[in-house]
Amino acid sequence: MRDRGLSRRAWLAATSGAVAAGLVKTRFDAIDLLAQQAPMPFPPALGRMVSQLGTRAPDEQPRRLTGPPVPSSQSYTPLHLLDGIITPADLHYERHHGGVPAITAADYQLLIHGMVERPTVFRLADLKRFPAVSRLFFLECSGNGGPGYNPNAAKDLTPQQMDGLLSTSEWTGVPLATLLREVGVRPGASWLLAEGNDSAHMDRSIPMEKALDDAIVAYAQNGEAIRPEQGYPARLFLPGWEGNTNIKWIRRIEVTDQPTMTREETSKYTDPLDNGTARQFSFVMDAKSIVTFPTYPWVLPERGWWEIRGLAWSGRGRITRVDVSTDGGRTWAPAELQRPVLPKCTVRFRHLWNWSGADSVIMSRAVDETGYTQPTYSQLAAARGPRTFYHANNIRPWKIARDGAVTFALGETL
Amino acid sequence: MSPRGGRPTSTRSHSRVRPPLLRVAVAAILAVSVAACSAPNNSSTSETEGVALAQSPPGAPARFAFGKPADSALVALWARDVRPDGAGLPPGKGSASQGKGVYLAHCAMCHGPTGTEGPAPPLVGGDAWGKGGPPKLQTIGSYWPYATTLFDYIPRAMPQNAPGSLTADETYAVIAWLLASNGIVSTDAVLDASTLPAVRMPARDRFVRDNRRGGPEIR
Repeated sequence: MRDRGLSRRAWLAATSGAVAAGLVKTRFDAIDLLAQQAPMPFPPALGRMVSQLGTRAPDEQPRRLTGPPVPSSQSYTPLHLLDGIITPADLHYERHHGGVPAITAADYQLLIHGMVERPTVFRLADLKRFPAVSRLFFLECSGNGGPGYNPNAAKDLTPQQMDGLLSTSEWTGVPLATLLREVGVRPGASWLLAEGNDSAHMDRSIPMEKALDDAIVAYAQNGEAIRPEQGYPARLFLPGWEGNTNIKWIRRIEVTDQPTMTREETSKYTDPLDNGTARQFSFVMDAKSIVTFPTYPWVLPERGWWEIRGLAWSGRGRITRVDVSTDGGRTWAPAELQRPVLPKCTVRFRHLWNWSGADSVIMSRAVDETGYTQPTYSQLAAARGPRTFYHANNIRPWKIARDGAVTFALGETL
Repeated sequence: MSPRGGRPTSTRSHSRVRPPLLRVAVAAILAVSVAACSAPNNSSTSETEGVALAQSPPGAPARFAFGKPADSALVALWARDVRPDGAGLPPGKGSASQGKGVYLAHCAMCHGPTGTEGPAPPLVGGDAWGKGGPPKLQTIGSYWPYATTLFDYIPRAMPQNAPGSLTADETYAVIAWLLASNGIVSTDAVLDASTLPAVRMPARDRFVRDNRRGGPEIR
């Protein structure tokens, strides 16, 4: 039994602003809309004056869906209420292991030491003074999609509940390679230990290859300072790698010649397989796509033309194609990819569909530049066993019933 | 000051066996990165690449010399990580019998009187392995591959209402109790910087490196 409270909240969030979104979300809305369409009112007088800080339209109030109110918890991005690829910073998903620490810019320090020539402490102003880079990247929790890796999954799951531990931002910061050149890495160094300044002092070992490739110590997100929930004043950002390695509130990087074997990389973020072993250091998020419309809790009010919309991404590079099926996976057609298609970033895909009004199952399938094709649940379960939890990137099917109601349909399509 | 005090740098110099291929790869990357630092930088492709962030911008110096040399006291205060070979373990010792008292005073309120009751994750017993069946129980005894990880984790994060508040002796003791409760060390075991890394965990050889590589094969 799903938590009815969560579903209801998601439903209410979805139904607000129906007209402004140009889509009708409930059968009652549809009846109202077809019955009478009053003309849009003229503004009665002058509007609001300029302001220092903008706000959302009153009818548009998307919200994160929060997990349990404990220090180690998460909140989910409302993917089914967003367009394009950028996640508003205040809707970026959260995953904390010891709550959100309050750190001031004045107090902030990043220590880099270990197998280096010059152990150094950088303050925030130091980090900002280095040559900066800005890149668009997705960030995804390794546990994202876990609820969708279950043949008995509930039918009233929203994309937010199932895959909302995914967000996309423009991240700005200093390449970690720049900082490592600055401190002088000693020969023989092969790993880093990255540590956060939260109460859990979250730590992960990172291979030197990644640090010297595309890792960033980021201090800005979508043009503004990183928010406290995302690691203010600065976080590690490892493009394409599972969220927990992107250490937030980063305070220390120790250069080493071995992984530290921290709790998170041994007992937590590892993947038990059916053969009695567990996959470790499973950093990369494989290619995945999800439909964001139409999904639960949307309802299609009538047959006819609808645009199937969704997101695709790969931690190994660019998405090269997304196929969409509207007949339960028997036939597939290529979706339109919104350009530019960036590496290790979400891409919006769209597919125009003329719904006949019959029972239909729709789904999407991503392919990335390595030639990897997003697997079905059965393929993934055959490779890993049914009880692995992280990295669940299997295809998500949605059933559109004759009355227009949309439900998650993994169990019906196995 | 830190209850664990400073750490001699000599304990950090343990070298471990690494695959020669990795050594070569890292050396090559370091060499490339140094070359990129001094060579004329053609970054005309960077607009579409989105990667190649390791390169310096044109005209960048070898070093900017921003930041300040790290104070050794700061390093000692912050660098409390502990590795499988025992690097980073502080002086001190504790027995399982002493650890039971520490556990009941600081841990049982969340993990239960015997480490199995919760509501926080169970620490004792269970079976993490085996094919199929119901969800497995990943506890210290069934799933953790290294005993040293306990000394890396507990001082940084536990107890959750006062992380880092246990002394080194208390930490060794509570680890001894947890390992004894899991049947991994004897109930009269005493742990310290030399005996803790020698503890062989039941799940030690279960962990394998990620073999996913992209491409057509689903793994």
